[in-house]
Amino acid sequence: MELKNTALDETHKALGAKMMPFAGYNMPVRYTSGVEEHLTVRKSVGIFDVSHMGEFVLSGPQVLNHLQFLCSNDVSKIEVGQAQYNCLPNDQGGIVDDLLVYRLDHEKYMLVVNASNIEKDWNWISTHNQYGTHLQNISDDTCLFAVQGPLAIQALQNLTEVDLSSIKFYRFQVGHLAGVPNVIISATGYTGSGGFELYLPAHQAQEVWDQIMISGEPHGIKPIGLGARDTLRLEKGYCLYGNDIDDSTSPLEAGLGWITKFNKEFIGSEILARQKETGITRKLVGFVMDDRGIPRHGYEIMDQEGSIIGKVTSGSQSPSLSKGIGLGYVTKEHASVENSIFINIRSKPHQATVKKLPLV
Amino acid sequence: MNIPENLKYTKDHEWVLLSDDNTTATIGITDFAQQELGDIVYLEIETEGEEINEGDMFGTVEAVKTVSDLFMPLTGLVNEVNAALVDAPELVNDDPYGEGWMIKITLSDQDTTELLSAEDYKELIGA
Repeated sequence: MELKNTALDETHKALGAKMMPFAGYNMPVRYTSGVEEHLTVRKSVGIFDVSHMGEFVLSGPQVLNHLQFLCSNDVSKIEVGQAQYNCLPNDQGGIVDDLLVYRLDHEKYMLVVNASNIEKDWNWISTHNQYGTHLQNISDDTCLFAVQGPLAIQALQNLTEVDLSSIKFYRFQVGHLAGVPNVIISATGYTGSGGFELYLPAHQAQEVWDQIMISGEPHGIKPIGLGARDTLRLEKGYCLYGNDIDDSTSPLEAGLGWITKFNKEFIGSEILARQKETGITRKLVGFVMDDRGIPRHGYEIMDQEGSIIGKVTSGSQSPSLSKGIGLGYVTKEHASVENSIFINIRSKPHQATVKKLPLV
Repeated sequence: MNIPENLKYTKDHEWVLLSDDNTTATIGITDFAQQELGDIVYLEIETEGEEINEGDMFGTVEAVKTVSDLFMPLTGLVNEVNAALVDAPELVNDDPYGEGWMIKITLSDQDTTELLSAEDYKELIGA
């Protein structure tokens, strides 16, 4: 498969980024040091080019019913100007994808999906379109920049008339930014450090990026790669599709019960309702290493006796804690907070403790 | 890219500093290797006192995002492990050919003709 570039490809290379194939795109993994970039977002502000993410626009008189059937969360709860974290369950109780749903207008929504799942989601949504919904894939024409960190407002406010401090968490406004009209300015993100995600036309992306870098300069803004994006989300315990959740994991096991609403019928709702009633047998937990060592995707999790009780789904060194951290599925009886578990690293058990999320 | 002329190299991106009489060597990973790995956060080298064959593992280097095995460039006895790396693994990033050295060995076999010159290594990584 040929790799796609984002509109900012030349800019990333000029900034000295190490580029890496990710979900079919050539993406910046880091510009300088992943640890430094991580701490920049926690302490000040950073900008990510995450234009690989997919965007679909769905509209029509039956669009809400369509989304209610596709999604686990209750889409009727969101107003125009509001976004919602959601998942698309499959008919086996697993997850097709996790996504954000934006209500753009009364009968118009935008879905933001994982880059690796653009085609799969498109087919899934189209196949289940008995609602006459008009579907539009705007992924190639849309750029997404995430400006994240405690100084995000300061870095961006000069560039827009929109009062950024008035946008509440998981709300958005559409306005001019850096002279570009109709930018979706959304108080969302995947870092847990606050800030905004900006959706804009790809042909104007360069101008917006350059202006944000200038406007953010006094606040120490830095470009941030996907490496830091992953450690930032992991410290907060946010799931990554393909690692922590996939077609075979249930949203209830993954700790996504809070976005699984049984007051309506949706694909897989019967299976999931039954699972809720009988109880799940395994659960996604966060953990912090007590012994020195770094957990990695696929490592076994064991109990004190050395019996296998689960598997690591995401793991890394936490730049904030300077310790190994991870997410993994363990059997229900080992999932309690403060329970000791053991990660099998190079055939040796390394002790870790189950912790409440977020880990940082 | 820093590739010192006085060192020998392997295709696994290790460098070797041979003593004048070819009996002992200091070993680490190259500037290229540390850049590819990113922030190094943990070295696990538990082979002090062991004789290890060329091509076998002598330890593991963990970066934030990746883990990579370390291979013996030559057959020899591991005499010393760089103790400074326990608390400061970032020395491998900051000074890969100096304070970031990893092990010192006594060679069991003094045939070092398989090692790459700086020139060869430069060509290998396309620098």
